[in-house]
Amino acid sequence: MNEKHDFASDLRTYLVGFALAALLSAVPFAAVALHRPRAQVLWLLIGCGLVQLLVHFRCFLHIDLSEQKRDDLQLILFSVMIVVLMVGGTLWIMGNAHRHMM
Amino acid sequence: MSRHPGLNLAHADEKAHAEAEPLLFGFWVFLMSDLVLFALLFATYATMMGVTAGGPGPKQLFELGPAAIETAALLCSSLAYGMATLVMKYERGRVWLLFWLGAALLLGLVFLCFEIDDFVGMFAKGGGIGRSGQLSAFFALVGTHGLHVTFGCLWIVVMMIQVLVFGAERRDNKTERERLLADRVQTRILRLGLFWHFLDIVWIGIFSVVYLQGLTA
Repeated sequence: MNEKHDFASDLRTYLVGFALAALLSAVPFAAVALHRPRAQVLWLLIGCGLVQLLVHFRCFLHIDLSEQKRDDLQLILFSVMIVVLMVGGTLWIMGNAHRHMM
Repeated sequence: MSRHPGLNLAHADEKAHAEAEPLLFGFWVFLMSDLVLFALLFATYATMMGVTAGGPGPKQLFELGPAAIETAALLCSSLAYGMATLVMKYERGRVWLLFWLGAALLLGLVFLCFEIDDFVGMFAKGGGIGRSGQLSAFFALVGTHGLHVTFGCLWIVVMMIQVLVFGAERRDNKTERERLLADRVQTRILRLGLFWHFLDIVWIGIFSVVYLQGLTA
């Protein structure tokens, strides 16, 4: 095992993750600071936010598609499914109630 | 190829590695339950958007500058913690490990200072916790994250003390018991790392959904 090489590649993972995360945070902040149209900002927020989420999981939390990480990945995906059901259901029901009450 | 990159495979024995895996998986289970908690606070905030009861709204209360500084501080803190795990994995010395843990701690405290300043400013503008449904939901969500960061900072302090007392390097330790303690300190630092990086992920949601969405025209 080449320890020097491993150190460099681990370091690169963190630095690439940091650079991507900084960029993906800066873009929506800049869009708001420059008073871009609301619809444009919202799409930018969704896009950058989701990509940044993946960057953090991959580069900082070291979750990937390898077999060693399969347990962690399945746990995360199941939790995400629960979250989508609960948050989506809440927004659906409350949005519906809101429309009917107005 | 190590399962958990922070763990010191080059020097650690198989037994220590096998013991660490269920500990880290168990911590992931805890983190995911925390994720559900935050997700429901986000859902509550989303349903409360616009429920200002005649009080001040996001455009009067939120400020872009401090939110950007908080985002940068937390992201840099995450990177500093990443450096700490690397230094630990490749045994680059106790001083460097303490340096990077200290850097992560300091940046976490910078985040907290700006956040508290934000909250005080909001109170001064009449945006207290009980003013409206939206503000209650805001303080529940952002306050819970802030509390997590506070306890994270406390936990970093505890780990720095453990590193000072027990060490986190196997090669420093001669006896079986000392090696065992060093292994335990290592897996604790790894679990705190998962917690710390996870809080940064939650913050992505907060600055997107709460601050930027609230401030956009």
